[in-house]
Amino acid sequence: MRVIELHRSVTESNDRDAARLRAELKEKGVLLINLMSAPGAGKTTLLIRIITDLRGKLSIAVLEADIEASVDAERIEALGARSVQVHTDGMCHMDAGMTRTGLEALDLDGIDLAFLENIGNLICPAEYDTGAGLNLMISGVPEGDDKPLKYPLMYKESQALVLSKLDTLPYFDFDVEKFRERVLFLNPGIRIFPVSARTGEGMEALEQWLSEETAKWQEREEHA
Amino acid sequence: MHELSVVLHIAKTLDELAEENRLSRIGSVTLQVGEVSGIMTDYFTECWDYFKKKHPLLSDSRLKLETLPAVTFCEGCRQEYETVRYGRICPYCGSERTYLLTGNECIIKEIEAEDQ
Ligand SMILES: Nc1nc2c(ncn2[C@@H]2O[C@H](COP(=O)(O)OP(=O)(O)O)[C@@H](O)[C@H]2O)c(=O)[nH]1
Ligand SMILES: [Mg+2]
Ligand SMILES: [Zn+2]
Repeated sequence: MRVIELHRSVTESNDRDAARLRAELKEKGVLLINLMSAPGAGKTTLLIRIITDLRGKLSIAVLEADIEASVDAERIEALGARSVQVHTDGMCHMDAGMTRTGLEALDLDGIDLAFLENIGNLICPAEYDTGAGLNLMISGVPEGDDKPLKYPLMYKESQALVLSKLDTLPYFDFDVEKFRERVLFLNPGIRIFPVSARTGEGMEALEQWLSEETAKWQEREEHA
Repeated sequence: MHELSVVLHIAKTLDELAEENRLSRIGSVTLQVGEVSGIMTDYFTECWDYFKKKHPLLSDSRLKLETLPAVTFCEGCRQEYETVRYGRICPYCGSERTYLLTGNECIIKEIEAEDQ
């Protein structure tokens, strides 16, 4: 027996897989967005709205991993968008290997923008790089404005945040300014989109951002 | 099932390592676990023992767990304090502007292994 010193984070081999997947997706011109939230924050509802609004502008596909609802993939397919449900066998997050397997089943030919609906959980998904180009987090008004204090990592790891279910503001004592301040303290560069997928309020700004980010991702680096 | 997920990630890293270094068998794995990493050590050991039986490289391996203390830094008064004892609010100045310095990690420190 000999001792081998490693001092390696358990996520290191996943980080390598994720970097490889991201480079391949860049090459293909597919922007993968990793959508993370607590269960029921409104991921599927938001996706349905986005797919409907951007029809004819962007070709969108969805990889469904949320264990909460096996009907999610069917709801997406009913809109005519490509969708695959991955079976996560009780895992608490998606890693790069599972994401790759799911994307292979999805077939990305002709797709501009793909969403990974990650497993509803505010802790574990933030710890594992999926290989996505961007992390988008959803936090719903009914969850309260103190969530950034309790689950800081996901707010730090996300490039953008959707504050969802804005139409329910009158029923909760949710302080939008305080929430914004807490999020920006954790992550000064994050984009925040207050949205209601039900009334459509705020959707235009979010969809504009998605279109711009997809175009940026698809830009070829001219200098060689 | 967070613990089992972590076990799977460790096994993957060790499989790669065994291949690169031509290892036949792993005798022990020393893991450093942060106090607030969210890993329950008892349950983690159970998951490990369950998993290793099905994984030849690890089937005789012993898991050694070391705890890393959690320390929080306060931006208000620039002092450090014990996270587990005081939580998110600084015990010196009452500030909420605090962040974790250490305690969140899960690191494979070393292994004992046999060459092929
Ligand atoms: N009032 C309101 N309810 C919403 C909104 N978005 C989603 N919901 C509701 O929240 C629940 C969970 O939504 P779902 O999209 O399945 O959440 P997921 O688990 O994150 O995919 C459903 O009952 C939705 O109708 C919204 O913008 N406003
Ligand atoms: Mg869903
Ligand atoms: Zn202080």
